[in-house]
Amino acid sequence: MNKIKLYNDILPHLFRQEYAKMTAVLCRHFGLKHIEIAEDIASDTFLKASEHWAINGIPENPTAWLYTVAKNKTRDYFKHKYVFDTKVKPEIKGDHIKPEHTFEFNQQIISDSQLAMIFAVCNPTNKPESQIALALQILCGFSVEEIANAFIAKPETIKKRLLRARTKLRNEIFRFEKLSKRVIEARLDAVLHTLYLLFNEGYFSKSSNRVIRKELCSESIRLTLELTDNKWTNIPKTNALLALMCFQSSRIEARINEEGETVLFDEQDKNKWDKSLIEKGNYYLINATNGHEISKYHLEAGIAYWHTTDNKDQWKKILSLYDQLIVMEYSPTTALNRVFAFSKIYGNEKAIPEVEKLNLIKSNQYYELLGYLYTTSDILKAIEHHKKAINLTTSKMEKHTLKKEIKRLKGKLERNEIVQHTDNSNKR
Amino acid sequence: MKEFTLIFRLKDVSDFKPSPEQMQERMNWLAGIAAQNKIADKGNTLLPGPGSSKTVKPNNVVTDGPFTEIKEFISGYVIVKAKNIDEAVEMAKANPIFGQVGGSIEVREVLKRD
Repeated sequence: MNKIKLYNDILPHLFRQEYAKMTAVLCRHFGLKHIEIAEDIASDTFLKASEHWAINGIPENPTAWLYTVAKNKTRDYFKHKYVFDTKVKPEIKGDHIKPEHTFEFNQQIISDSQLAMIFAVCNPTNKPESQIALALQILCGFSVEEIANAFIAKPETIKKRLLRARTKLRNEIFRFEKLSKRVIEARLDAVLHTLYLLFNEGYFSKSSNRVIRKELCSESIRLTLELTDNKWTNIPKTNALLALMCFQSSRIEARINEEGETVLFDEQDKNKWDKSLIEKGNYYLINATNGHEISKYHLEAGIAYWHTTDNKDQWKKILSLYDQLIVMEYSPTTALNRVFAFSKIYGNEKAIPEVEKLNLIKSNQYYELLGYLYTTSDILKAIEHHKKAINLTTSKMEKHTLKKEIKRLKGKLERNEIVQHTDNSNKR
Repeated sequence: MKEFTLIFRLKDVSDFKPSPEQMQERMNWLAGIAAQNKIADKGNTLLPGPGSSKTVKPNNVVTDGPFTEIKEFISGYVIVKAKNIDEAVEMAKANPIFGQVGGSIEVREVLKRD
């Protein structure tokens, strides 16, 4: 009984983590061009594990067991290939896979390979959504269905997206075995950006699936942590990104309710904030100050940090960081969040014209913020703006949340009318 | 959208170093424009001190700073995007330096070369 339960629990988890790592290690030998061979061998290995372990139980050291099998399978592959190359197609010029027969799996190699794979996958020539999908598949071992679930897209769409991204990956001239300092420096920004997007995909996801959302967040943290293990990638920017991820993650339980709806900051149960993640965030934020550069991750981590505090100047600090962030890089979301912070200091009524100046009439977030700000002064206008937001959003969950808010406001309005009515009759 | 350079002039060198609060207000003004995606170039602050500013004139005449002949000195610039000069002027009017230390802002359209 226990054995089966353990088996069912441990395998999917192990599969994800180890499959991705094993593919990376195998790619050192096959090259990115032949990533499919590496994936096939990794898949075969896990298939064998699932069969073998179901009958014989889980071995003492599952990881070592898996790597031994993979090693044997690789040796077999080269043996077959040798026979095929020398006897079957002696005259056909094929792609040369380095005929390296012996290799070891140790912690250093696994970690180096994973790092190289992160750098290979985060290719700025791929569109951001392709980079994220590819990262989920190759670095995190997600299935096409799981990725489709996270994106709320059809599996077919994801398959096509992955196919295009993988073609680019194969054709890339990327020296997988030797990740040089120069390559790392040239591509680190793109890598950090992909991890940032991957995290946001989980944290701000349209999906109502809590499990998937949390997993995207924890996978981004795992990959960013790998970057802090290497002296060339463990720079202030990386630590700032990691701090940001820790601070945001600390609120994830409070931020999503049982139905998968987003809970507004004001209404979050602060007891649900994860203190240990906040402490980790503080630790990485301090590490992030070891340099002169202030990146957008520094500013965003700072904003996230002040959100976790209970300081009277909290919103002033947040607004000042948003000021710097918006000047550094424009984004409609930053512009709207900045006014939200502004409203916390100067009040809703002063914030309304500030929002209207932004004139983001195609954004549901724009109308949502206006709706929120009007709630304290003009309920009819608040409802009107929430309705516009409903028409613009594509997220079912958001429509649902907004409809609930409209219902609440209408209830409030009716109660107010009754009060007013009684007031008037009293006067008469 | 056209581009306009806002050139800031201050009256006194002693006004050059703003207090943290003044700095905050200036940053807030700039961010308000950035939030509308109307910053073309966030510009630079130009240091007025000795060793940081000189004026070169004909016949190899070099003088310290710009202060000897003009009252106001240029302290920096920002390039904004606006529909027309009136919009750019409205942005300049909202700048906190008028309330803080005085001075002036010159608004100049940028000639775009294709």
